[in-house]
Amino acid sequence: MNGISDAALRHLREVADLPDLSETPYEILETLGRGGMGTVYLARDRRLDREVALKVVQLSPDETGRLLREARVLASLEHPGIVPVHDAGVLPDGRAFYAMKRVRGLRLDEHARAVPLPERLRAFERVCEAVAFAHAHGVIHRDLKPENVMVGPFGEVLVMDWGVAKVRPSQGEGEKDGDAVSGGFFVEEGWGGKGFEGQAAGAVPETAHGTILGTSGYMAPEQERGEVDRIDPRTDVYALGAILGFLLAGEEAPPRPLEAIRRRAMAAEPGERYPKVEALVADLSRYLAGQAVGAHRESLIERAGRFARRHRTAILLVLGYLVMRILLIFFLRR
Amino acid sequence: MTSHAGPWGPGDRFPATRRSVVLAARDADPEVRRQAWETLAASYWKPVYKLLRSRWRLGREDAEDLTQQFFAGALERGTFERYDPARARFRTYLRACLDGFTVNERKAAHRLKRGGGAVLFSLDFEGAEAELLRHGAGEGIDADEYFHREWVRSLFDFAVADLRRWCEASGKEVHFRLFERYDLEGPDSPECPTYAALAAEHGLPVTQVTNFLAAVRRELRRRVLERLRELTATEEEFRAEARAVLGVDPA
Repeated sequence: MNGISDAALRHLREVADLPDLSETPYEILETLGRGGMGTVYLARDRRLDREVALKVVQLSPDETGRLLREARVLASLEHPGIVPVHDAGVLPDGRAFYAMKRVRGLRLDEHARAVPLPERLRAFERVCEAVAFAHAHGVIHRDLKPENVMVGPFGEVLVMDWGVAKVRPSQGEGEKDGDAVSGGFFVEEGWGGKGFEGQAAGAVPETAHGTILGTSGYMAPEQERGEVDRIDPRTDVYALGAILGFLLAGEEAPPRPLEAIRRRAMAAEPGERYPKVEALVADLSRYLAGQAVGAHRESLIERAGRFARRHRTAILLVLGYLVMRILLIFFLRR
Repeated sequence: MTSHAGPWGPGDRFPATRRSVVLAARDADPEVRRQAWETLAASYWKPVYKLLRSRWRLGREDAEDLTQQFFAGALERGTFERYDPARARFRTYLRACLDGFTVNERKAAHRLKRGGGAVLFSLDFEGAEAELLRHGAGEGIDADEYFHREWVRSLFDFAVADLRRWCEASGKEVHFRLFERYDLEGPDSPECPTYAALAAEHGLPVTQVTNFLAAVRRELRRRVLERLRELTATEEEFRAEARAVLGVDPA
């Protein structure tokens, strides 16, 4: 035999890249996707006989740190709109991993192409609620975009990919990236995978000033300039505005109040944006309820039109009554 | 599997130290430089030879001569010492040097004759020829891709040979046999053996077969990465090559 054959070489390159799950309860079923930070596999948890998504980091300590950070962030955020983590650890081959719920459905960008605007807005509202929840727990996502949101078959919305999230300090702490849970991260017992205990949360490096993390088009100007110190919830508000813009892009004439909400969310200066996601959601809810939105000063005609739409039934009833009265008076006079 | 006996075959040496030999090639100590050159030549001579044969369409003797002279000249002229990691990957640099060298040698074709036939180093050209015959000359792919593919093949050849020695030395012959049957021979067999068939063949539970395979693959991955670490100059280059070799998307 002379040298490794092409077929064997292809196979070896594949198996050499597969995570070593020999001491874990998981077995790989297929590769779901590959990203900058790691590979996500569809795996079966033999203990519970269920499918999970297994995210495995690739090579460097930096990537391992980010994966652990993401797992910690997710574990600290229990919300229906945030994908839950089941398990985490370090594999025998030294690569870190975490197991999360397998999410079925479509990415928001795919979902948006298939449904009308009101449904898109409802999904967007749920994204905002999940992000607002994260903010309330001191976590800023920093990479919000339609590709990082999954919409399930029953309309459930899950915000994914918290790998570059920034965690704001709790009382008395300095600001760190990914320091959501200090030392409390658990690893299930009963198999040989090592936990994260050896990797104190404090060992996770902060994002240096000048580091740019995020996705162009959805990144706020301060994020794009790498001004890490200026990143706060309004950075996510900007990205949410960009997502709203994406959801409106298919509309021939996007409603002006929604455009105004998008513009305010995407203001270049953080001080001119909604101060919190809740304020953005409140404006959106007002729009959905047919009320005036804070971001848009209405003309008299617009206000009349909105009033007419909002009270259509009552107006029709009054108009019907008036017409009947006029007709009655007219016939009685004859 | 391949088992080259020559001094630059994969079975020959696998340095215990995993420092970058690309950087060691610039060391002040001539002995360190020479050792680094040896490792680099051992890792690259076969892709170089195959490229000369397939892309430069050199006859066997000319390709053998030029391969020898290229590496001998690299040692004499300090070609590897001049490599600047900031400008390109080492693999790219070596290819550029080879192209320049070959162009010059072709221009002065008589010099080929002058050096023709002189055996400077013992290399397994027979083996390389047999590989060319077996795997083809990369028809339909460009020279860069072909060079990379042959370099990866050479890299895995080293890693597998090293793995075999490790298994034999640590009493894991069954591990290696399973690996050989499933991962090396399996992809070329009309019917790749199943885990269950291998378990029956070796009188082992299926879970043990999968565990043994996982252990050997883990070792293979470790060895490939170690070798890559050795053959690259910077962390960035190492990661880029690891991604290119293991098929992981770049960040």
